[in-house]
Amino acid sequence: MTNQITSTAPQGTSPADAGDRITTLLAHADDNMVLAQRLGELISNTAELEIDIALGNKALDHLGVARALYTHAGSTEGEGRTEDDLAMFRTERDYTNLLLVEQPNGDFAHTMVLQLFFDAYQMELWKDLSGSPDLTLGGIAAKALKEATYHLRFSSGWVIRLGDGTEESHHRVQDGVDALWRYTSEMFEGAAEKYRSAWTTSIEAAFVDANLEIPSDPYQRTGGRGGFHTEHLGFLLAEMQWMQRSYPGLQW
Amino acid sequence: MDAAELPGAAMVIAATISIVSLRKVAASVVDPEIPVLTIDDLGILRSVELDQGRVIVTITPTYSGCPAIGQIEDDIVTAFEKVGVEDVEVETVRFPAWSTDWISEDGHRKLSEFGTAPPVPEPDVLCPRCDASAPKLIARFGSTACKALMVCSSCGEPFDYFKQF
Repeated sequence: MTNQITSTAPQGTSPADAGDRITTLLAHADDNMVLAQRLGELISNTAELEIDIALGNKALDHLGVARALYTHAGSTEGEGRTEDDLAMFRTERDYTNLLLVEQPNGDFAHTMVLQLFFDAYQMELWKDLSGSPDLTLGGIAAKALKEATYHLRFSSGWVIRLGDGTEESHHRVQDGVDALWRYTSEMFEGAAEKYRSAWTTSIEAAFVDANLEIPSDPYQRTGGRGGFHTEHLGFLLAEMQWMQRSYPGLQW
Repeated sequence: MDAAELPGAAMVIAATISIVSLRKVAASVVDPEIPVLTIDDLGILRSVELDQGRVIVTITPTYSGCPAIGQIEDDIVTAFEKVGVEDVEVETVRFPAWSTDWISEDGHRKLSEFGTAPPVPEPDVLCPRCDASAPKLIARFGSTACKALMVCSSCGEPFDYFKQF
């Protein structure tokens, strides 16, 4: 049995266009792959069964999006690279995910702030890409948009509950915001600038309800899209890739 | 018609079976996570085609990370093997994206009988056991990615709700 993703890429585009499209597909695939792996670390480790299941489901959604995008990138490239090749045999410098998604989970408040920042970004991204002339990408985005809607309800709900909760929960969630804010500008580099204003509106609305403050320190870190990462990604990839690297081609 | 009742199952070759029969074989495959629903009820069976003796079955995954999709692919191949058709290819197509609107009316009824609230808008969900309205949402993410967990405010039974997508 073969399982092929039918390619519906627009015809007649130049190799340069195809190169750009592959770069973009891989960047979004890497974001979802890395976050899926991060969330996977929490399975059986959260304080409540419902949270455990919710985050496991969220990880699965991101993994599914990553698989579809890697497969599509591989078929667009046309050199026979599969989703496994792209996920398991590219190094830290090849990965172009956002620095945000590779950050460690921290405490629950910190994890929820990270999800909120990323979920609100993906809402805008998938809304935009669901109208892509590349119909396979459009289909992946349309599906991912529905999932992102659930993700955002979950993460914003928790950030508001924690921010507007006890003194301790408020303090922890504000700490998460202070630690992660520096990784948010990177989401809007280049053509992604168009997502910034809707994202900001969505975050500000949640912060009003949660009594949270946007940090006054303007410092921002970037580099992920160019393959320059924080120290955390190497460890994450080492754990994720060691099996395929030790036993290439190993299957379930 | 059940797959096993196909005439001369062991000796037929793909080319002599009509497309209608082939479709019935594929349509008999059930979802491993919701065994009361076939992939046809779910609407994920997009097409069954015959190309020079090879059967090409096209499906669309429900959720991006649906873990059942690999099992469904295997089950489709097995269903065809049982009627003597060996040359089967399962293709996954992601456009247009699957929606719960593709679940048939029959599928809605079967889900309800199974104890899972079918995918209607969240405020319209009824308890599948006692039909009471306004159940409480316990967890937005339930036993599988496509379901949320609710509890009936009248009979007190917890139940799965197939999220409307």
